[in-house]
Amino acid sequence: MKNTRLMAVAAAAVLALGLSACGGSASTGTGGSGSTGGSGGSSAAPAADAAIGKIYNPSTTKGGTLRFGMAGDWDSVDPGDTYYGLSWNFLRNYARTLVVFKAAPGAEGAKLVPDLATSLGKPSDGNKTWTYTLRDGIKFEDGTPITSKDIKYAVARQLDKDTFPNGPTYFNDFLADIPAGYSVYKDKNLDDLKSIETPDDKTIIFKLKTGFSGFDYFAQLPATAPVPVAKDTGTKYKEKVVSSGPYKFVSYSQGKNMELDRNPNYDPKTDPESGRLALPDKLTVELGLNAADVDNRLQSGGLDVDIAGTGVQAESQGKILADPTLKAKTDNAQAARTWFSVLNSDVAPLDNVDCRKAVVLAYDKTGYQRAYGGNTGGAIATSLMPPNVPGHADFDLYNFKAKPQGDPEAAKAELAKCGQPNGFETNVSYRAERPKEKATAESLQQSLAKVGIKLNIKAYPTADYTKLYAGKPDYAKANKLGVIIYGWGADWPDGFGFLSQIVDSRVIRPSGNTNLGIKVPAVDAGIDQAMAETDATKRDTIWGNVDKSVMEAAAVIPGVWAKGLLFRPDTITNVFVNDGFTMYDYAAMGVKQ
Amino acid sequence: MVVGQTWSHHHRVRPNPLLTYMIRRLISAVVLLFVVSAVTFAIFFLLPRVAGATADDLASRYVGKTAGQEQIHAAAVRLGFTDPIWVQYGRFAKGIVVGSEYNTGVSIEQCPAPCLGYSFITQNPVLPDLLDRLPVTLSLAAGAAVLWLFGGVATGVVSALKRGSPIDRTAMGIALAGVSLPIFFTGLLALSIFSYGLGWTAQGGSYTPFQENPLMWAYDLLLPWITLSFLYAAAYARLTRAGMLETMNEDYIRTARAKGLRERDVVVRHGLRAALTPILTIFGLDLGLLLGGAILTESTFSLNGVGKYAVDAVANNDLPKVLGVTLLGATFIVVANLVVDLLYAVVDPRVRVS
Repeated sequence: MKNTRLMAVAAAAVLALGLSACGGSASTGTGGSGSTGGSGGSSAAPAADAAIGKIYNPSTTKGGTLRFGMAGDWDSVDPGDTYYGLSWNFLRNYARTLVVFKAAPGAEGAKLVPDLATSLGKPSDGNKTWTYTLRDGIKFEDGTPITSKDIKYAVARQLDKDTFPNGPTYFNDFLADIPAGYSVYKDKNLDDLKSIETPDDKTIIFKLKTGFSGFDYFAQLPATAPVPVAKDTGTKYKEKVVSSGPYKFVSYSQGKNMELDRNPNYDPKTDPESGRLALPDKLTVELGLNAADVDNRLQSGGLDVDIAGTGVQAESQGKILADPTLKAKTDNAQAARTWFSVLNSDVAPLDNVDCRKAVVLAYDKTGYQRAYGGNTGGAIATSLMPPNVPGHADFDLYNFKAKPQGDPEAAKAELAKCGQPNGFETNVSYRAERPKEKATAESLQQSLAKVGIKLNIKAYPTADYTKLYAGKPDYAKANKLGVIIYGWGADWPDGFGFLSQIVDSRVIRPSGNTNLGIKVPAVDAGIDQAMAETDATKRDTIWGNVDKSVMEAAAVIPGVWAKGLLFRPDTITNVFVNDGFTMYDYAAMGVKQ
Repeated sequence: MVVGQTWSHHHRVRPNPLLTYMIRRLISAVVLLFVVSAVTFAIFFLLPRVAGATADDLASRYVGKTAGQEQIHAAAVRLGFTDPIWVQYGRFAKGIVVGSEYNTGVSIEQCPAPCLGYSFITQNPVLPDLLDRLPVTLSLAAGAAVLWLFGGVATGVVSALKRGSPIDRTAMGIALAGVSLPIFFTGLLALSIFSYGLGWTAQGGSYTPFQENPLMWAYDLLLPWITLSFLYAAAYARLTRAGMLETMNEDYIRTARAKGLRERDVVVRHGLRAALTPILTIFGLDLGLLLGGAILTESTFSLNGVGKYAVDAVANNDLPKVLGVTLLGATFIVVANLVVDLLYAVVDPRVRVS
């Protein structure tokens, strides 16, 4: 008796707490679209998607502190050792590269413009030689002039992947004659590095193994941000990166916080094309925050930008979308990312194209989309390349639009063709820490069961997914991982940046793969063709065809073209989504004064 | 006069029982720490090998995502994963005692004794990182401990004295909620109400070092303190209440009342004092075990303390950090146990001979 009373009191207390929590936040109402005449005051009224394709709250007012926050930590703030999109976006504030994505809204932002260089690269020798000339007056934060040798050194040092494991390996893969295990820490004078030449302080020449028409995309990599050799402290350099951009390091404490203020030796006159505005006086980044708390602080004004740029958490999304005033402060931005699943051609009977087609026809497209949060999470993909990557072509080979729940009849016909009229059994793998991938696995399991394809679900730890399991061909084959759930974001918005690492069969290694079993000769041939094409428009068309070849071979379940719900607090000005990074542009944003 | 000598001639030296006890306990504490370090090391570095992972598999976590096979193998050699496991443990143990050196490829990094390891990911020795974050965790623990001890005991006493009253029932109801609700729930709830809703308390991620501004320190930590202490206070309130109910029915309390003592003296000096002994015992142990609560509180409130360091290390597979935190946590628990045991020995002579 006493216990039940006690329970009742406890329950009441819990309820009271719960109710006050709801009362605290939900000002839900059904009135109007609520986007006009909001509380904006002096500036523009908030409206959903107001920072997509245009500038929200334009301003040229300087001053203030722009406060970034991040759940978790980044891989590295050393421009030579980072692979995070947020990092490439943010570091434009303290590092200048040869060329750069323009800080501009919409498609303009996906265009490369010269930064430290006076123009885009000049190719010669069948795109095997690329030459850049540096601008006058460019300086490091201590006033020392930046020369071509500083850029050569920067590119050279990050070739040492034992010391700088995080960044991309494009220079390692493409530069001619790189000795195995090359390290600037063993070759102090860069005597062994023949493929980068600096005939004078203003000129830098890159020599490639094979012609590559898109080399300017490599020249925009953070790896080309100059590093003064005298200040290079190897793995410790990240603690005090020497600035070439508008801001310099004041303090940086790994995993905790970072503060940047103005670099007095940055001269905007030397930076006429990048679109950098450098409006705030100071930039701060708080690291290792609780993800849910980041969303709360954005809404309460305690933080200006979630630096991750992938959108609010699932639990915040519901609350925000239900509240018109909050929804008006969001941008449902298209990412250059696709959540897809590979049909592993190493695992029978998926080595047969007709069996793969059966899977592509049978699965429930809306179920895949629901797993990623419905329309807000992204649109149903009809191919691998997302719509904002130049070269994307609209096609729907398997009638996804007409049969979004799957097409069992057509699937059964394909099963009969591949000699498995009653279906077959295989395994589906996903990353254990990702609930959306788990939901995807379950949705696939249910919808494929309708045509007799039995999927057994296997979960693997995220950290080891590509190194030890799904990305290790021996393991994937031995354990019959026929369907591998995965996702991919473009290194930069272009066919090469999106497709090359996930569909080219020649990049498959013994482990650590991102191509999880796609081996289609037509795809490989298309990639070679695109890499040799110098005309950007023609090249984009070829990449569109490569995408189509992937679908013709039914090599993947395309899944979802990802979107993120970005929250845009009232505290910031000059906000827009940059299509080069598919998140808010961190080099143009200002603070409301 | 040489008193000692004369004494030793005439008596056989009989060791001081308290001293022997202390030495015995100290030795066993050191042995325990050694065992903990060996077991933890085995969990992270031996178990995966037993389960079939190769040295290269272990190293693959610490190279970039684009690393080739030779590069992974080079990393395995550099990180020492290719050596026999006892050699690896020996190196780790030696580091604690005399310090060690780590080759980062660019330079030789010193990790002075006691070296708790060197992070493969941040390229820093673990101990300085831990010491850097310890003040946050200690601040959190100290404030919360004071709150829960006094809050819990006071609530328990009042509940016991007003047994069955609405005050008692409400307090015990809230206590039940406190024990049952997880910190990541109460913490986020408290933040959204008191920090973002009402604006009374600091937002998540706030921390000011005590030596910088004690007032801001307390203001920033108020909500984390309350959240963490809520969990523990609840248990203490219920324990105190039970203890008080028992003692207040003892004969000597009646005697005290009969002597004409003031009720306050009866409750505090006779009742509470007796009921408090078991509470203090548990308090010592809880302080040592606090790291568990700190992990959740620090993660919820985005505080950069040892607890969150542990969580981040686990998330990044940074084994040397995990090992370092485990050892630090174990040290706290062993020390807390030791202090409690020694206090027992001082208070209760029967313990010394057992």
